[in-house]
Amino acid sequence: MTDPAAPALVAEDIHKHFGSLEVLKGISLTAKREDVISIIGASGSGKSTFLRCINFLETPDSGRIVVGGEEIRIKPDRLGRPAIGDHRQLSRIRARLGMVFQGFNLWSHMTVLENVMEGPRVVLREPEAEVRDRAEALLDKVGIAEKRHAYPVELSGGQQQRVAIARALAMEPQVLLFDEPTSALDPELVGEVLKVMRDLAAEGRTMVVVTHEMGFAREVSRRVMFLADGRVEEENSPDELFAHPRSERCRRFLANVL
Amino acid sequence: MDLGFLIEIIPRLAAGVPTTLLLVAQSLALGFALAVVVALVRLQPNPLGAGAAYGFVYVFRATPLLVQIFLIYYGSGQFRPVLEDLGVWVLFRDAWFCAVLALTLNTAAYTSEIIRAGLQSVPLGQIEAGRAVGMSRLQLFRRVTFPLAVRQALPAYGNEVILMVKASSLASTITILEITGIAKTIIAASFRPVEVFVVAGAFYLAINFVATRAVRFAEHRLATASAPTRAPAAPTRQLAATR
Repeated sequence: MTDPAAPALVAEDIHKHFGSLEVLKGISLTAKREDVISIIGASGSGKSTFLRCINFLETPDSGRIVVGGEEIRIKPDRLGRPAIGDHRQLSRIRARLGMVFQGFNLWSHMTVLENVMEGPRVVLREPEAEVRDRAEALLDKVGIAEKRHAYPVELSGGQQQRVAIARALAMEPQVLLFDEPTSALDPELVGEVLKVMRDLAAEGRTMVVVTHEMGFAREVSRRVMFLADGRVEEENSPDELFAHPRSERCRRFLANVL
Repeated sequence: MDLGFLIEIIPRLAAGVPTTLLLVAQSLALGFALAVVVALVRLQPNPLGAGAAYGFVYVFRATPLLVQIFLIYYGSGQFRPVLEDLGVWVLFRDAWFCAVLALTLNTAAYTSEIIRAGLQSVPLGQIEAGRAVGMSRLQLFRRVTFPLAVRQALPAYGNEVILMVKASSLASTITILEITGIAKTIIAASFRPVEVFVVAGAFYLAINFVATRAVRFAEHRLATASAPTRAPAAPTRQLAATR
C-alpha cells in the first residue's frame, strides 16, 4: 500500500474556495520522512484550511494529495464538483494521518483511555489487550497516565491536548498534522503541549504544524512555510526565514509577532 | 368512598399492569427504532425524503392519538380487500396490533424530533475527530454521533416515556383490557367510578414514578460530563462520585 521510497506526504497545487472567497490559490508541500514543517501566517491566510485539505476534512477544489505514494481519489459529484472518490480508501489514508485539533475535540462521552483506544480498536480492529497496553504507554509518555479514567471535561486544556496527541499517536500514523494545537490554551498551559511536540520531533516523527508559536517553528522545524492570501509567500529553513525574510510581507508579519 | 371496595379492586386492576407495560414497552421500542430512521431521513440532503419524513411527523403530531387509533382499528375495514391482498388483514383485525401500531407511529413522530435535535447538537469537532481517525460513516454514527445525540436527547425522551404510559390508556377504547380497560369494566358492573379511577390513577402514578427514576438514573449514568450546554467547570467531585 505504502511505497517506502515515496515522500511521506505530498500536497500539490491545492486550491480551495468558500463561496466567492478564494482561500487557497495553489499551495504545494512535500514532507519527507522525519521532516517537521511549520506553517505560519496571519489569520485568514489559509493555513488551517490547507491542513484540513490534507486529510480531506475539506475537499480541495483541485490539486493532489499523495500520502506515502498513494494518491487520494477524487471524483466529481452530481454537480461536477470534486468529491471524495473512494470512502474506504480515504478512511485508510486518514488512519495513517494523525490529526491534532485546535479545540482538542476529544470524544466527551469516553474516558481518556477510551479516547486513545477508540481508533485502533474500531478503525484498525486491533486486539483490545494490545491496544490497551499501547494506549497506557502513550498516556504515560504524554504525562497523563494517572488521569486515564477521567472524562475530558475533568481535564485542563493542556491535559486534553496531550490526550489528543496520544490519541493521534495510538494509530501509529506516518504523518502527524497539528492545527494550531496551542492556540486555544491558557498561556501557562502552552509549554506542556509544546514539550510533548518537541519530543515527538526529536523522535523523528513526520510532522506538519500550523502554529503561531514562533519559538517552536524556529527551534523544532526543519522547514517553515509562510502563507499569505492563500499562497506560499516564502519557504525556507527556519534560520534563514526568521533571520533574513526575503519578502516584505513576511518581514512585517515577523516584526508583528516576534 | 368505600374503602373496602377500593381495596377489593386493587388486585383486579393490578392484573392490567402487565398489559399496560407490555403495550408501552412494545410501542416505545418499535417507535424508537422508527424514530431513528425518520430523524436520519429528515436530516439527509434529499429534499423528497426529508419532506416525506417531515410530513409523517407533522400528521402524527397534529392529530389526536384517539383519532389515529380509531382510524387504524375501524378505518382499516374500508381497505379490507387491499389489506387482504397484501396478506396483512389478519393483523388489522387484531385490536392489540392496531393499538401498538397507533402508539408506535405516534411516539415515533415525537421521538424523531427529539432525536433530530440531539443529532444536530453533536459538536462538529467531535465528528471531525472521528473522520480524521479514519472512521467510516457507519462507525462514526455508531461510536460518536448517536451516543452523543442520545445523551443530549434523554431528558426530553423521559417526558415522551411518561406521555406514552398515559396515552396507552386510549387503547381501552378498542377493547384492550389494560388498566383503564379493566377500570371501565369494573365501573360498568359496580357504578363506582371514583374508587376505580383512584386506584387506576394510582397505578399510573406508580408506573411513571419508576419510569422517571429509571430515566434519571440513565441520565446520571450517561451524563459523563458530555453535556456541551453545561459549563466546562462541571463539578469534578460530583461527577466522580456518580460513577
